[in-house]
Amino acid sequence: MILKDLSYRYKVPMLLSATILITGIVISAVLVWRTAGDLKADLYRNAIEVGSVLSRTLPAAIKHDDLWSAYQIVNAARVDDPENPRLLIVLDKNHQVYVSGEPGRFPVLSYLRNYGVELAGIEKTIVTKPSLQPYPIDRPENTSIYAVLPMVDDGIAVGTLIIGYPRAMLLPRYLDMGWRIAYSALLVLAILLPIGWYIGKLSVQPLTHLAHCLGEVGRVAPRDVQCDLIESKDEFGQLGVSFRQMLLELQEKQRLEQKVFTSERLVAVGRLAAGVAHEINNPLGGMLNAINTLRRHGHADALTEQTLQLQERGLHQIKDTVSALLVEARSDTHELTPGDISDVHTLLQSQVQKKAIQLGWSSSLTRSVHLPSTPVRQVLLNLSLNAVVAARQRCEVNCLLDREHRQFSIIVSNDGQEIKQDQLAHLFEPFVHFSESGNGLGLWVTYQLVQQLKGEIEVSSGAGQTSFIVRLPLRAVA
Amino acid sequence: MSGEFLSGIEKSGVWIKHLIFNSKVHNFQAHSLINGVRMLAIPAAPREKLMKEMLLRVVVLGMLLALQTSPVLAEKHPPRPYKIGLTTVFLDDQTSFLEAWSGYLEKRLGRRVEFVQRKSYREINKLIINQELDAAWICGLPYTRLQANKQNNLLAVALYQGQPLYQSYLIVPATDKTSTNIIDLKNRVFAYSDPDSNSGFLVPQVLMLKQGIDPRHFFAKTFFTWSHRDVIVAVAKGLAQGGAVDGYVWETLAKIRPDITSKTRVIQRSPKFGFPPFVVRTQLPAAEVQRLRAVLLGMNRNQAGKKLLQRLNLDGFVAGNDHLFDGIRSADRYYDRSQQ
Repeated sequence: MILKDLSYRYKVPMLLSATILITGIVISAVLVWRTAGDLKADLYRNAIEVGSVLSRTLPAAIKHDDLWSAYQIVNAARVDDPENPRLLIVLDKNHQVYVSGEPGRFPVLSYLRNYGVELAGIEKTIVTKPSLQPYPIDRPENTSIYAVLPMVDDGIAVGTLIIGYPRAMLLPRYLDMGWRIAYSALLVLAILLPIGWYIGKLSVQPLTHLAHCLGEVGRVAPRDVQCDLIESKDEFGQLGVSFRQMLLELQEKQRLEQKVFTSERLVAVGRLAAGVAHEINNPLGGMLNAINTLRRHGHADALTEQTLQLQERGLHQIKDTVSALLVEARSDTHELTPGDISDVHTLLQSQVQKKAIQLGWSSSLTRSVHLPSTPVRQVLLNLSLNAVVAARQRCEVNCLLDREHRQFSIIVSNDGQEIKQDQLAHLFEPFVHFSESGNGLGLWVTYQLVQQLKGEIEVSSGAGQTSFIVRLPLRAVA
Repeated sequence: MSGEFLSGIEKSGVWIKHLIFNSKVHNFQAHSLINGVRMLAIPAAPREKLMKEMLLRVVVLGMLLALQTSPVLAEKHPPRPYKIGLTTVFLDDQTSFLEAWSGYLEKRLGRRVEFVQRKSYREINKLIINQELDAAWICGLPYTRLQANKQNNLLAVALYQGQPLYQSYLIVPATDKTSTNIIDLKNRVFAYSDPDSNSGFLVPQVLMLKQGIDPRHFFAKTFFTWSHRDVIVAVAKGLAQGGAVDGYVWETLAKIRPDITSKTRVIQRSPKFGFPPFVVRTQLPAAEVQRLRAVLLGMNRNQAGKKLLQRLNLDGFVAGNDHLFDGIRSADRYYDRSQQ
């Protein structure tokens, strides 16, 4: 069905218009029906009026058998409309035509039964239903509507006046009336339809907007769905609230998924790096031992010595790299103290002054906490150095350290260049360079350390501000 | 609805006017007719108020009329006008003509002339007998009957087609192509003009009687239209299937309203009779009789008179002779005998 697939943007205005249209038609039909009834009633009333005028003179004329007077009276009551002749027949007591408006058609003394079934029926009614009161004869099979008006003289019916109105006469009036009603109805519809259409469209607008917004979901990321929904307490408003709630949940879900995905990847990479590092470390140690042994006991010529030095440097470089990859948060160090924090602050000073950076430093740490000092210091140093490096000249870097309940948090933020979205996804991977300097292992190491401390690290970058948030759970006191 | 209704009212107005002018209804009838129609035009609520208003008007009107006819006021308008009765022996429904004619007569008589019209011949006869009318244009039959009792005197007789004579016509609707004789009209509806008319009643009666027919049972129905013109209308409309009419009236109407006469067909013309005469009351002074006669006889001698005569479709007036009406007299005697 086509209607089912049609947009509510059209369906509601159409339904509203249809309702208006049907209402208009029904009202018009009722009006026509009522007025048609009135028209007939008017006709009958007119007949009664004509009859009452004639009843002042006609009975006397009939009683005195003054046919000419009776004819003049009846003739005067005729309407000279050749298209709609009003039939006037006066019957005498014997139900013979006494006089008629058209004596040529209904001669004096003739019987109505001679002029067709219709008039025969009228005669029969008059004969079988003697009455002193006027009554109408309106039979659907008749071509005319009749009024039967007894001509009463001193309580006795001396004759009967029959007035016939052709139905055809009513037709142009019905049509005229129908047209008038139709015109008025059209006028009202012409006013109401656009209003109805507009109201319909207006009331559906929130729905279509919501549908559009819902269509966006899935096509673009939930956070990019732009939807200004009307705030109200009606169903649309409730829908809007639910929609926004759903968007938020979707965003959260996506964020979590992303986080899980990233951390799983980093874990895998870390495992791989550690495995490779271990595998390399063993032969590496052997190779360095061998070079040492050869130096100590062998007598190498100049060329060999030069080669050995070259090999030794290369192997040391490999060892450095491997040990950098093989991050290990040693837990055997002392607990983190406020002094460790101020050490880092002191270490930063030279870089801070070089770039004339405004460093905000705030620590709520007043005593030692149950965290190994070395990895935490390294994490803090890595992040704050990165922030200083990434900050523009004379900009701001803030470090916030806070201990609350069973958690220690480090927040490092700067107002340097933002980290791009695609960079964020690979931020903690090894050998990812975002700056000219550095070996691309700083954040990798930081991440690995945080992981090993069972903490978590988050980055948010936007609006000229980049923040790293590290949350580390405090160890239970042994 | 209202359109028809109004046209009905309008029509009623015409009809009432017609009735009043032809004096075919009594004053009371006309009054009640007018009231009836006026009632129709007014909604029920103001009717009562109107009734009161009308009652008041009638009373005031009555008082005014009483004042007008009081002898004190009448003295202010001497001398007494000539009262001349008119009957439907000619086309008396042309009000503008009557106006012109009375003006003509007043100018030559030096006195006001008042035409008096009534529904039937009988009423005019009575006014002549009672000396209430000075003169009257009546049918030959009432003249002879009044003459027999010395109740009127011959004043003048009109000249129609050069002769003081006319005929009675037997007419049928033009749609009746077969009837040629009054016998063919057996069991039909027949229209007479006036029971005191020669051409419109006596002639066909005698015609039937002479053929051994009893006129009382010959037709299915008969009626009087009280005017020759209306006999023609009744036959033309088919209300009557036959009618007796003054031949002069028929011919004159044929000139001014051929649409009516063309719907009728003359099937029989009677022998000629004396033309309806002008008569005077018996007590009218001889000098005034002479004066009246001179004015009538002089009509074809001046332009204004000729013009009026032309409209009357007559050639003039002659003094006439009582023997002109012998034909009517003998027919009347025949009719009388048959009635006994």
